[in-house]
Amino acid sequence: MNTSTVLLSLAGGTLIGLAAALVLWTHGRVAGISGIFSGLLGKVAVSPWAAVASPPADLAFRVAFLLGLVAAGLGVTLLLPELLPTSSPSLGIAAIAGVIVGFGTRMGNGCTSGHGICGVSRLAPRSIVATMTFMATGAITVFVMRHMSGGAS
Amino acid sequence: MKRHAPALTALAAGLVFGLGLAVSGMTHPDKVQNFLDFTGGAAWDPSLAFVMAGAIAAYVGLSRLIRRRKAPLFAARFALPTRTDLDPKLIGGSALFGVGWGLGGICPGPAIVDLGSGMASALVFVVAMAAGMVLQRLTAREGAQQSPAVSLHHTPSIEVAHETQT
Repeated sequence: MNTSTVLLSLAGGTLIGLAAALVLWTHGRVAGISGIFSGLLGKVAVSPWAAVASPPADLAFRVAFLLGLVAAGLGVTLLLPELLPTSSPSLGIAAIAGVIVGFGTRMGNGCTSGHGICGVSRLAPRSIVATMTFMATGAITVFVMRHMSGGAS
Repeated sequence: MKRHAPALTALAAGLVFGLGLAVSGMTHPDKVQNFLDFTGGAAWDPSLAFVMAGAIAAYVGLSRLIRRRKAPLFAARFALPTRTDLDPKLIGGSALFGVGWGLGGICPGPAIVDLGSGMASALVFVVAMAAGMVLQRLTAREGAQQSPAVSLHHTPSIEVAHETQT
């Protein structure tokens, strides 16, 4: 880690905080991505036709925000390829990790964005406990993978 | 144009949020794992702590100003989580989330950004995440039916569930 890494981290973090504040200012809600995503799943599952035919404000917000995230990924690929990840987990690991993340974030009502940024910023006790918990189990998981199982990751 | 302002601001927020994730390196699974590797000695990468610090600093200041308003621009009221109790579901769910986060080095936001970058493992992750969410909902509903006492506190429908905390 060097100075430019720290500055990029701070700059990226500031953008994240600004975006979350924009969500609060315009829509009055928490920028929690697992919740925005699962709410969309729920609405489409409950009534796919109504969801498409007459998108209510809530659905429009969810779709637009998630499309913005996808557009950011696309934009980085086209315009800033040096920011692209240089590694990715195997498809098998991605599948297992995805199921656990999906299950866990709904059971615990949030992820790194909703609890880790928005909730911690509000000093919400639930979010502080959630953030300490997922940081701890994340660290334990990486420790076990890297230092106890022969470095498979 | 005005009619589309809510959706356009949401799109802009998603775009800025995603760019922030990309600029800060949160979209790099190996970097996230290097951050979580507290015991990794020289390999430990603390830089993601600065991402959180930057995000919280920006959000704390701005959200205080914003909360002075009576209502957000495009909604009748602020809809923020109000629960303060610590229950086993919160801790168990967060613990599980951490395991998945460490395993793949991906959390939901970066997964969707990486999906936009065309990363195959991000596509698999997002589909699997949706499956995990559905699975959680199904098992939670079953648990609620088995014990009526719990169902009083359990959010009864999908419509309500997402309002509690995102």
